[in-house]
Amino acid sequence: MATTEEVKKLAALARIRVEDSELEKFTSEFDAILAYIGQLEKLELPKGETAKPALRNVMREDGEPHAGGLYTEKLAEQFPAREGNTLSVKQIITHD
Amino acid sequence: MTIVEAARALRAREITVRELWDACAEAAHTKNPELNAFLEIFDADESAIASAQKRIDEGDASLLCGIPLALKDNILIEGKIASAASKMLENYRATYDATVVKKLKDAGALFVGRTNMDEFAMGSSTEHSAFGPTKNPHDTSRVPGGSSGGSAAAVAAHLCIAALGSDTGGSVRQPAALTGIVGLKPTCGVVSRSGLIAMGSSLDQIGPLTKTIEDARILYEAIRGVDPLDSTTIPDGLYGGVLASPKRLRVGVPRHLLKEDVDADVLATFDATLEKLAREGHTIVDVELPMSSHALAAYYVIMPAEVSTNLARLDGIRYGHASRGDTLLDDYILSRTEGFGEETRRRILLGTFVLSSGYIDAYYRKADASRAILRNEYEKAFESCDVVAFPTTLSPAFKFGEKGDPLAMYLEDIFTVTANLTGMPAISVPMGFVERPSTSLGAGESVKLPVGIHFTAPHQAENLLFAVSSEVEKAHSK
Repeated sequence: MATTEEVKKLAALARIRVEDSELEKFTSEFDAILAYIGQLEKLELPKGETAKPALRNVMREDGEPHAGGLYTEKLAEQFPAREGNTLSVKQIITHD
Repeated sequence: MTIVEAARALRAREITVRELWDACAEAAHTKNPELNAFLEIFDADESAIASAQKRIDEGDASLLCGIPLALKDNILIEGKIASAASKMLENYRATYDATVVKKLKDAGALFVGRTNMDEFAMGSSTEHSAFGPTKNPHDTSRVPGGSSGGSAAAVAAHLCIAALGSDTGGSVRQPAALTGIVGLKPTCGVVSRSGLIAMGSSLDQIGPLTKTIEDARILYEAIRGVDPLDSTTIPDGLYGGVLASPKRLRVGVPRHLLKEDVDADVLATFDATLEKLAREGHTIVDVELPMSSHALAAYYVIMPAEVSTNLARLDGIRYGHASRGDTLLDDYILSRTEGFGEETRRRILLGTFVLSSGYIDAYYRKADASRAILRNEYEKAFESCDVVAFPTTLSPAFKFGEKGDPLAMYLEDIFTVTANLTGMPAISVPMGFVERPSTSLGAGESVKLPVGIHFTAPHQAENLLFAVSSEVEKAHSK
């Protein structure tokens, strides 16, 4: 079911790389898992059961934000690279 | 010592908070090099110890005051590293306390350290930790279970009084069964997930790992409650009021699920436990839960889907493992590839697959629908019984490397996932021991390994779990 090409494509989507050396083994393990969960495809749900999911997400109303700057230093400490309180990253948009 | 025993001894002045802490810390330092239950053993928090002693001296009622606990490495303690046993978060320092941590600190509890786990809670053996596996104190050639293997081993080896783990598909209950202790997964929404590193948000719950049922109840009461920081937490009575535990309990057994695959002696121990309950006056009834045979497949669609979403935030940009390549895309790919272990990457890809446009209906939506049906089946079963029972696992603790094939490992959770899918509370309680050949003791020798019995109750009916579990505990102490 799953090919190495598909695995590579999924990996790219997920921003992960599967090394060529692992690709064969990974794909065959992946394939076996897909075969197992594939039993759901054949599963016939009882008629009329569109089965509305019993779970729903719950969000609270927006509240007042906390005082500015409370957590800034704690968070900025973890930045891989910082300039003052800002996070330094590669240029995203070029203007060539 | 249990929480109850330690609390009594502290108040009777047989031991001080400092002495209790030192005893746990020393045991932890002595045994951890072999067991690897802890990723980090914390230094004594002098002010917390002093404050706890003062509260006890002044007659503070909180049973958890001064009690040393262990926390799974995916629960945030402000200022401490929380790595979820991964390279990705190896040096990440929590910037806030999890709500359960805040509650425990308010109760005066102390933290011995952060315990080992399968990376990002993905596994059933703790072999997927980025920092080495934990060993089962009953037989160090075997796994303690997972993903809360470190917490379970720490409690079973008396390196702490009790511990917290997290349970997404069985990760508190299965290691409890494999190490011979109690493991509870509360009703979905009863314990706040704020400060728990997310795995599968519709499945995750923090739960206690303890030596006794009473200890589990004490910890459960301390950590539960509505939390504005987790809007999915629920108020008491949401599911129709507190059911008083009947004196005679009806225990439902889905015999059709136990026809094959369960080890013969595990099944025999299970049946013997049911017999003991029957002798105490409780009724054993047959129940039908047909969708259970597809539960594991549904779980391995829904959970990876939620995992792939939840772990998208770990991108090497703002915190955590940050690898830098030539382009921004390289930064993401390198950080994530290096920061995530094999099982984590596998599940992210699985989740990406089942959510992709060609497959989402066949897999994800189907799994979601079967989840709803499973829940209906359980609710129907609860019309004829108070709790549903089966063995927690098919077999006792397995050897390291025995379940190298991912699918074989997934099958460890075949019974436990149903409670996460339905959101119902569930518990694993020690039900006895089975024998297996030992490698460490020499040829011909065998080792006794614990096995657990698993109970599920309706939503918010944890009292039924405690009631039936106490009966099992009593029957075994006779």
